[in-house]
Amino acid sequence: MKSSLIVRAATRLLVGLLLMFSIWMLLRGHNEPGGGFIGGLIAATGFILYAIAHGCRAAREALRLEPQTIAMVGLGVALAAGAFAAIPGDALFTGQWLFLWPGPDTKGIPISNILVFDIGVYLVVMGSVLTLVLALEEEV
Amino acid sequence: MSATWLLPLPIVLPFATAVLAFLFRRGPEGRWISVFGSAVTLFLGVLLLIEVLSYGPQAAQMGEWPAPFGITLVADTLSAVMVVITGITGLAVAVYAVAEIDGDMEELGYHALFQVLIAGVSGAFLTGDLFNLYVWFEVMLISSFGLLVLGGKRVQLDAGIKYVTLNLVSTILFLSGIGLLYGTTGTLNLADLSRIAPTVDPGLMTVIAMMFMVGFGVKAAVFPLFFWLPASYHTPSFAVSAVFAGLLTKVGVYAMMRMFTLVFTQDIAFTHTILLWVACLTMVTGVLGAAAQTDFRRILSFHIISQIGYMVLGLALMTPLALMGGVFYLVHHIIVKANLFLVSGVANRIAGATELGHIGGLYKGAPLLAFLFLIPAFSLAGFPPLSGFWAKYVLVKASMDLQLWVVAFTALAVGLMTIYSMTKIWGQAFWKPHPGGTVPSLSTLRPGERMALLTPIGALALMTVLIGLFPEPFVLVAERAAGELLDPSAYIAAVLGEEEILQ
Repeated sequence: MKSSLIVRAATRLLVGLLLMFSIWMLLRGHNEPGGGFIGGLIAATGFILYAIAHGCRAAREALRLEPQTIAMVGLGVALAAGAFAAIPGDALFTGQWLFLWPGPDTKGIPISNILVFDIGVYLVVMGSVLTLVLALEEEV
Repeated sequence: MSATWLLPLPIVLPFATAVLAFLFRRGPEGRWISVFGSAVTLFLGVLLLIEVLSYGPQAAQMGEWPAPFGITLVADTLSAVMVVITGITGLAVAVYAVAEIDGDMEELGYHALFQVLIAGVSGAFLTGDLFNLYVWFEVMLISSFGLLVLGGKRVQLDAGIKYVTLNLVSTILFLSGIGLLYGTTGTLNLADLSRIAPTVDPGLMTVIAMMFMVGFGVKAAVFPLFFWLPASYHTPSFAVSAVFAGLLTKVGVYAMMRMFTLVFTQDIAFTHTILLWVACLTMVTGVLGAAAQTDFRRILSFHIISQIGYMVLGLALMTPLALMGGVFYLVHHIIVKANLFLVSGVANRIAGATELGHIGGLYKGAPLLAFLFLIPAFSLAGFPPLSGFWAKYVLVKASMDLQLWVVAFTALAVGLMTIYSMTKIWGQAFWKPHPGGTVPSLSTLRPGERMALLTPIGALALMTVLIGLFPEPFVLVAERAAGELLDPSAYIAAVLGEEEILQ
């Protein structure tokens, strides 16, 4: 089945936008609505749109990795972020913060394992949704 | 190692193993990662049990958010024992899977799904938070659905759909129950619930308790909610059905034991009387269903249901002796049941089928397998001196102490009928000559495969014999678990701290 020219032209524009939006969602998630889960869903939407316009094979090629692998690596990243709390001796999944270059009136740039955990969630959600959708799409 | 890390590790480690096993799924490394990870998980479970036995119930707050606000993991004796048994079953099945699971299933991620299932089961045993328990149930449901349909045969998909549909009904009831409970009490931490529950309107609590009873009842496959179990357990690969048979329904029984001793104790006369009749009917229907079946695994599936009845009976009677019997039965049953499914897998491998009419001659061709079948089969029926004898003895004694003669008689009669179906398997699969005229023999297996298939069966059978011959330490641990269930003050103190309770 060949999709219409309008879908393909719009996809070219929208996929990039959706992927960027998903990362923006992921990053704003710490203090405002957003986060890894919703970010992963939006990223998956981008690839699903691409699959509708250009077919599943093209979408798999664009992904480069298998979606299952992305999901499992994400699970590993999230676990590692949680287990990182062992190094300072805190309980599993305790937030760890590092502030880079603190100034006299600013706390500095915050770096935390919470963001790493969220990135893991992002990959898990994106990978598992794409696994399901691509499998279903190929079946039909 | 402190409790802060000893508690989450039996959950974290299977997850980590799943990730590694998945990344190496195309080669033979994946299955060895799974075996190694299962061995370490078992070791960590044993460490946890030792810690709990020496220092009493342990609690850990994830992310250092204090209870009742964050997610709490708690291990009392029952939880720790269940984690160890999960580790034992996990390791036995992981070794067995080395010989049974073929490359195609491995490539689809069998080992990863299996490890996630183990993580879900351990999580359900360790969590001290009701919503977290729901999450672990979902983890188990998703991974078990994946394992159930892996292979993609028509009968498997049929079973998978029945399994998921009925389990989702249970999940919805469970989730609605959680919502109502949160609305009435304002907390979902189990220890906190146990403190607040007596102050809430008892009528409302009983309604919520019944929702949980039905929800967990589907998971545990009690009468009349067991239909999904015999419809699905005979379809997946043997390693998968062994771990399902051993562990999955028992999580439902565990959840019931936890909730109906810790939280829903306002109207025992009502709730536990229902449980008592449910237990008796479950025992009887399960064993009658088994008598009507002619497939190795279907007979065993129906026996799971009748055995669940015994465990629920232990909970329903609510005396220290009965609960001790229930816990003992839980442990004995997981080992025996998983083992019988593993034996059925070997029988299928060398004799060619699980339908009893199509196989035979196993006693003549594979006497070792016949011997290894007899141990768990006799134990299941309650022959002395095997583990099942003590488990049944304690429960019958407990019902006689309460002068519930009908219940005691049912328990004994069901044991007798269990022997009937075990004899049917014995007579048909082992004694009768093979209808094809061949003599099935273990020597048709490659030596490496033979090791991987028979070692876990032998080890589990040895455990059954050991529990039977030296029941005392096991009885003592079960007694302690029952004591902690009946008097949860140590559990609550471990979660909330001593001062909190005095307020």
